[in-house]
Amino acid sequence: MPGELTDIIALSLRVTGLALLISSLIGIPLGALAGLRRFIGRRLLMLILYTGMGFPPVVVGLFVYLLLSRNGWLSGLPTEFLPSLFTPAAMVFAQTILSLPLVAGLTAAAVMAVDPNLRLQVRALGASQVQAAWTILGEARAGVLVAVIAGFGSIISEVGAVMMVGGNIAGHTRVLTTAIVLETSKGNFDLALALGGVLLGLSFLANFALLTLQGKTLDP
Amino acid sequence: MTALYQLTDLAQEYDGRRVLDLPALEIQPGELLAVLGPSGAGKSTLLRLLNFLETPTRGNIAFDGQTYTASQPPPLAVRRRITTVFQRPALLNRSVAENIAYGLGLRGVPNPHEQITALLERVGLDELADAPARTLSGGEAQRVALARALALRPDVLLLDEPTANLDPYNVNLIEEIIQQHRAATQATAVLVTHNVFQARRLADRVALLLNGQLVEIAPRQQFFDHPTDPRTRAFIQGEMVY
Repeated sequence: MPGELTDIIALSLRVTGLALLISSLIGIPLGALAGLRRFIGRRLLMLILYTGMGFPPVVVGLFVYLLLSRNGWLSGLPTEFLPSLFTPAAMVFAQTILSLPLVAGLTAAAVMAVDPNLRLQVRALGASQVQAAWTILGEARAGVLVAVIAGFGSIISEVGAVMMVGGNIAGHTRVLTTAIVLETSKGNFDLALALGGVLLGLSFLANFALLTLQGKTLDP
Repeated sequence: MTALYQLTDLAQEYDGRRVLDLPALEIQPGELLAVLGPSGAGKSTLLRLLNFLETPTRGNIAFDGQTYTASQPPPLAVRRRITTVFQRPALLNRSVAENIAYGLGLRGVPNPHEQITALLERVGLDELADAPARTLSGGEAQRVALARALALRPDVLLLDEPTANLDPYNVNLIEEIIQQHRAATQATAVLVTHNVFQARRLADRVALLLNGQLVEIAPRQQFFDHPTDPRTRAFIQGEMVY
């Protein structure tokens, strides 16, 4: 299955990478907002984010399944705005919901840990609100990186959601985790183990790349 | 001469606790006003209000002819004419030179390299330009914070206990830099301090703030030689006044 294996690896990376990208683009600004600004509903937002950090993937899978299925909760909406079930797009959708609270919640915690004096000083030096938020995110960059890594870890390894909304269709929606479940249930333990090794290796490489990207900022 | 700042009926409360109550206060352009008082007197609150970093519970602040209130805060361009050096130098986790360039970067000043070098020399840190700010001593860090503020050539320089906890060498250096800057730019400055001697050395006018209230404000000589309020006399003689 060498050709099939590369397809599986490529799809795993594509789905998880895209979901992580989307949840970072939304989650980092959302986390900065929740961590730096006072507004009505802020505590509720934090509560939702922190609860969302522990969402069981199968429950999110079920939720997205019901949302996207033909007679589902969103069936009244024009279909071009929503991904179809059993497609990689549906898997990206589910994984974005899983990783978004982690990225946003941990980003909020990271920016809240920045010295309030520094926040005041940055404004005293003439920063606009956006400039101030950007600066504080930069100061909290080690924590923001951890937020992205946590978001990545939560979805590269999950099987419940991608299984439910992707369906583990060979050559179409099969990813590493669903392939491991399948091969284990078929008794192909060697292959399952090998796939597990590949998954661990990918996770290691991805984290290595993220850390390198940050360069020296994590030096003590 | 029209005042640069005119504070009218200004009050600030935190959780219902009144920390500042100023029926009227004027600050003249080009002067250095020293605000004396024990800790908790409302001195830092006054500076935050003058920098428009927080909105007052009551009253208004007129700055350079325009009146601002809680519902009508100044635009960014006005806020950028004022800056504060705080008691604890809050430096960014970047190099010394990048810290000094930070405020200029916010204003989109391109490549201020020569200006940064000149400032580094002036505060005696030219050899530490590329050092990470977090490796500096307290005195060095405060000089970086001061250079970062001066780089902006602010019309108003607010100084919140800039030399508290520093050794005499650094205190002397920082006071010299402040005086040089004032001589060169005619900038207005408000210096908050509990150090009576510092106020005597630097100020044109001196005010005493006690429990959020203005006890006395007078030209330096008069404030120290002929104070009208017994609490002022007690404070400048180093007695406790609470």
